[in-house]
Amino acid sequence: MAEEMRIVLRNYGKIDPLKIDDYISLGGYNALKKACATDKTALIDDIKKSNLRGRGGAGFNCGMKWSFAAMAQADQKYVVCNADEGEPGTYKDRLIMENDPQTLLEGMAICAYAIGATKGYIYCRGEYPQVVKILNTAIAQAKEKGVLGDFDIEVRMGAGAYVCGEETALIESLEGNRGEPRYKPPYPPAQGLWQKPTIVNNVETFAAIPVIVEKGGEWFASIGAPSYPGTKVLTLTGDINNRTFFEVPTNTTIREVIYKLGGGIPSGKKFKAVQIGGTSGAFIPESQLDTPIAFDAMTAIDAALGSGAVFVLDETRDLVDVTTQIAKFFEHESCGKCAPCREGTMRMFDLMEKINDGEGSAQDVALLNKLGRVMSYSCLCGLGQAAPAPVLSTIKHFPADYNAKFA
Amino acid sequence: MDYKNIIAKFADVPGGMIEAFHAIQDEFSYLPEEAIIEAAKVFGVPAADAYGVATFYSYFSVKSRGKNIIRICESAPCHIAGADEVVAALERELGITMGNSTADGRFALEFAQCVGQCQATPVITVNSKPYFDVTPAKVVEIIAEYK
Ligand SMILES: Cc1cc2nc3c(=O)[nH]c(=O)nc-3n(C[C@H](O)[C@H](O)[C@H](O)COP(=O)(O)O)c2cc1C
Ligand code: SF4
Ligand code: FES
Repeated sequence: MAEEMRIVLRNYGKIDPLKIDDYISLGGYNALKKACATDKTALIDDIKKSNLRGRGGAGFNCGMKWSFAAMAQADQKYVVCNADEGEPGTYKDRLIMENDPQTLLEGMAICAYAIGATKGYIYCRGEYPQVVKILNTAIAQAKEKGVLGDFDIEVRMGAGAYVCGEETALIESLEGNRGEPRYKPPYPPAQGLWQKPTIVNNVETFAAIPVIVEKGGEWFASIGAPSYPGTKVLTLTGDINNRTFFEVPTNTTIREVIYKLGGGIPSGKKFKAVQIGGTSGAFIPESQLDTPIAFDAMTAIDAALGSGAVFVLDETRDLVDVTTQIAKFFEHESCGKCAPCREGTMRMFDLMEKINDGEGSAQDVALLNKLGRVMSYSCLCGLGQAAPAPVLSTIKHFPADYNAKFA
Repeated sequence: MDYKNIIAKFADVPGGMIEAFHAIQDEFSYLPEEAIIEAAKVFGVPAADAYGVATFYSYFSVKSRGKNIIRICESAPCHIAGADEVVAALERELGITMGNSTADGRFALEFAQCVGQCQATPVITVNSKPYFDVTPAKVVEIIAEYK
């Protein structure tokens, strides 16, 4: 185990991303041809059989989602790629788009055929203007070659709002509005962009599609953890020797990621904690390192796989200080639409800052616990629901860090 | 280019107000009040909505600011890699504090959240161009590029 396996990054370093011919010479666009020669229902069934689940964090079954949009009756449907990648510590979608943009276009085109859409959007975060250029070049080349048929793709750039990664906020932003999440249901496959049936998938999800179509759903389903098969691209940050990315089967454990692939902690220091999934993930202690980086396994330990960011902290790190910084992030990124999150993230940051400044007490920690629990079920969208996770998990697993700060 | 011409280019783009705002900022570095009001007219929404959009996104500024926008990532991976020292160096070099612009209008200094270059923390960007593994010493060189 602990071997890399490249599916979504299969062409990384092997092609010139700005040359569609390179992509085609490695079998690019064969999957789209194959898909278009397949009955739509059979195609979606095969995606379902692959058990591919969304790589954007929510882990929803991709084929199932597509089937809802395919069934919906409408004069227009949309395929939207979520390239907002706002989760701190994450750059996997950038890697895919910078190194193999055509694979994303092909995945989107297969989806368009499956659900009956002719228009697609890639919502790329404002921090990646160079990626927008690459995507536009790739789209122009694909159009020139005629490989996309009547499917049209447009790139739109975000403007620096983490919440726009939430799919309904993203849709609002595409429509030119403030990026505030919508009340659900209706879900986007029924009513999304301009109220039309819309599929929103993550970059990494779309990038897996051409390979699945080519090799079959069963092949994909046999890789990694059965309930969340395939691979996951991980980005390693913090106190780790190999601060880089890896694509691994989903039955790889956190310990293997940190000690084998990641090369362990620098300067012979001891491990203290790891936060997986980005800033909204829980902090995980040493005792849980044998958990596989699969969706359900992570949920079972009250953590989340999320975006696949792996942020490692060594024994010298002050978890209260790091968590305070994270609380500041959420206070800043809360869109303000619902009160539990708007007020809650602010109070949470206040309390964390108070404790971090050495002015807190056990009472404040109890208050944080209660506030966090209420937020996790009462906030409107995933931002507010996940915001307490770093706080609650550090209180649970690392109480000594808090006690050391009390006045 | 005049802001009216810029906005006109996006008039027929569905949901194009954000694209128009990006284009205006490329030219002016912020969104002037007249441009926001004009955008409201062109896109057929109340001025309050156009302001709502302009103030929602952290990349847009409704206040005039320095031409070269320096952002420093303060997300956790950059934070533990020493972002604080980089902030101090930037403030010292430019003689301003975070969130402000230099008097000569050359530089604006802003916090950012993760810019997706976490393989080389801490990271700063100048006009969206990322600089990697930034140290206080490197800050001096980077600023010199834009003087
Ligand atoms: C606050 C918040 C931020 C999110 N950010 C992203 C993101 O940056 N990229 C992404 O693909 N999904 C993000 N999501 C998840 C999306 O809402 C959605 O589930 C996903 O795009 C669906 O695609 P998938 O099924 O392929 O994962 C975010 C969700 C929330 C609540
Ligand atoms: S939970 Fe937070 S980000 Fe989500 S809608 Fe409510 S205020 Fe906005
Ligand atoms: S955490 Fe700073 S660039 Fe990602």
